[in-house]
Amino acid sequence: MSDKVAALLSNDFIYAAMALYTLAFLTHAVEVAWSIKTPAASVKKTKLDFSRTERVGRLASAFMIIGFLLLLVAVVLRGISANRVPWGNMYEFSITGALAFSAAYLFGLKKYKIRFLGLPVAIAVLLTLGTAITLLYRPSTPLVPALKSPWLVIHVSTAIISGGVFLLANCIAGTYLILDRYEQKGVRPNWALKLPTLEVLDNLSYRLVALVFPLWSFSVIAGAIWAEAAWGRYWGWDPKETWAFITWVAYAAYLHARVTVGWRGRKAAWLCLFAGSTFLFNYIYVNVWGTGRHTYSGL
Amino acid sequence: MSTVLDSRSFLRWCWRQLTSMRTALILLLLLSIAAIPGSLFPQRTQNPLKVREYFVNDPATAKWLDRFSLFDVYGSPWFSAIYLLLFISLIGCVLPRSIEHLKAIGAKPPITPKNLDRMEFFTEIEKVDLDLAEKYLKKKGFRIRRDIDSISAEKGYARESGNLLFHLSLVLVLIAIGIGSLFGSKGDAILNIGERFINTPTSYDILGFGKYQSEDSLPPFSITAKAFKAEYDPATNAPLDYTLTINTANPVGSLERDEIIKVNKPLKYGSTKIYLQANGYSPTVIVKDKSGKVVLDGPVTFLPQDGNLSSIGAIKVPDMDPQIGFVSSFLPTADRDPVRGGFSSYPEVLDPRLLISIWQGDLGLNTGVPQSVYRIDTSKMQRIGLKALVLNETYDFGEGSITFTGWKSWVNLQIVNDPGKGYALVGAILAILGLLISLITRQRRVWIKQGRKTQVAGLAKNAIPGLENEIKDLVKELSNER
Repeated sequence: MSDKVAALLSNDFIYAAMALYTLAFLTHAVEVAWSIKTPAASVKKTKLDFSRTERVGRLASAFMIIGFLLLLVAVVLRGISANRVPWGNMYEFSITGALAFSAAYLFGLKKYKIRFLGLPVAIAVLLTLGTAITLLYRPSTPLVPALKSPWLVIHVSTAIISGGVFLLANCIAGTYLILDRYEQKGVRPNWALKLPTLEVLDNLSYRLVALVFPLWSFSVIAGAIWAEAAWGRYWGWDPKETWAFITWVAYAAYLHARVTVGWRGRKAAWLCLFAGSTFLFNYIYVNVWGTGRHTYSGL
Repeated sequence: MSTVLDSRSFLRWCWRQLTSMRTALILLLLLSIAAIPGSLFPQRTQNPLKVREYFVNDPATAKWLDRFSLFDVYGSPWFSAIYLLLFISLIGCVLPRSIEHLKAIGAKPPITPKNLDRMEFFTEIEKVDLDLAEKYLKKKGFRIRRDIDSISAEKGYARESGNLLFHLSLVLVLIAIGIGSLFGSKGDAILNIGERFINTPTSYDILGFGKYQSEDSLPPFSITAKAFKAEYDPATNAPLDYTLTINTANPVGSLERDEIIKVNKPLKYGSTKIYLQANGYSPTVIVKDKSGKVVLDGPVTFLPQDGNLSSIGAIKVPDMDPQIGFVSSFLPTADRDPVRGGFSSYPEVLDPRLLISIWQGDLGLNTGVPQSVYRIDTSKMQRIGLKALVLNETYDFGEGSITFTGWKSWVNLQIVNDPGKGYALVGAILAILGLLISLITRQRRVWIKQGRKTQVAGLAKNAIPGLENEIKDLVKELSNER
């Protein structure tokens, strides 16, 4: 297979994956909508029948899995077309990031039953892929000399995986805050009745962060080792390094707040959102508008 | 009450406040927020040119920003204060805990509580032999306190060990950073291909030393730039590979050997590393005065302006009277555009041009004000000519002549000595290790007590899941044995 064919095929798979995520989005939307419609007028005594939405929800999950597999093929083909790992510019960061994010979701789906996040995850992946293929798309090209290093594989892959899990924790913290607001006013809306309790959500986002924090630390350290080899210093407060540091410290604060100081619930969720948004800021702002040495977006 | 006691108790109160977890948390949050301005304003250590530009464009704001060290955030008093307080707080918290933890290594778990029914996963089973339970728990790696009618067992000490290791390693990283900045050095030297660099302070274009490092500590090596090869992608003009071939000897004068330096492969002498950081072109020219005497002959380093290596430079001829300066551009592959005028369309030298604007007057070299080698201050000069030279072309500008004879590549060698970075790496690895250990270890206690029946209960630290199953297994095992 020639490089060009692989690149074009990769694009086709991106579109196919987007189609599947659109289906997943629609079915998840139907699932949520049916849950709202189910109860009768008297809200308090309604028995919800989830057997209908259960099947739709499963269908949605199936679409998510197929979408993930198509995206995986697309990312691999992109790598083949460039004869390297597929994270050399912003377009490739985005598609690989979307892949990591949906992988984190599927992992959470299997382990923690987080199907309630299907709708926001599908939207996020769709938006990421859509922006990537329209605005960020660049033809498949070789790497600039500074990126020619085995550390590219280690540093960037761990950063992308960490990012996927951090953002998933963010979705859960966001869900927490929304449901918390409803519960303060009284009862949850019907569509949210089968979502986990606040306590479960709180624990879930903490677990995800605690799980991936060492990986993020490792990614930062791997980056430092690489910077030492390529740029003559292991730490130089380059904008990307600065924001990676901010994210690291913010999550460290979150973990301490949760474990040692005993923050739970709302405060912890806000802190989690803050930490996650520093990661997003680093990814979007520093890549696209930022200065410094991490300017590989190709934009 | 005496004042001594008062002030002492006040100090103790301060220390308790500083080492409290709440303070540490606030300091952590402050640190993450305090790091932000450094990415929004240009920093002197990264980009001194941008800072200077800021001062030129908006002097009033720049002055105020500078008062708050916003161009030197990471060396500023307030940033340093935050991280130093944080580390003091960390040490104050972790050291006593480490001592406690060391003491606890040989210690037995605490005594079994009186009322087990208040604990988690409380179960009562038919009476069993405690010896059997002890054997079982020992096999599972629990530490055991055996009393006559009870067992108190604990597992997962490594959690605290990992936790402490992580925090102490961070202190090591901070010390390593300190060592690097106090005992290190960092410098840049621009070298035309064919030239030789000897590692002495005068050979550098820029050189900075740590506080406790002196000029005679530089290792006495020499480097001769033999060849430089840059490969570009013909489709995108993006660089693919840079290779610098050198001859090097350490110390100077000893046997030379060939080496290759690449972007990700620096040359190493002890804790000193030599990096290939940038490259560009130095056009070579011969300038003659009216009488035909050569007043300048050689390469002049130009500064690249874009990816296609359009470069600007200043050819200064102070030895003519009046002085002559050529404000110049070098285009490796010249092209024309109706809007932009002349530009370079490829980074390799395929069709070079040297564009010069000739100025006569006072170059201002004797004013004592340091001057950029890439620019000419033309305030006391007047322009007497304008020309685009092709290779080997000579231009007679009345006061003399200039010949564009060729070009050389130059490379920027960055020479860095950071004696602290090995420790930083060790610290970082230990920190990760500690983090992983504390993450995968579950700390929990199990109690067994003989009453009318045998009571079993447990407690998992931080409500980590898994203990319930463990106790179920224990109960099952004991019931089977009975």
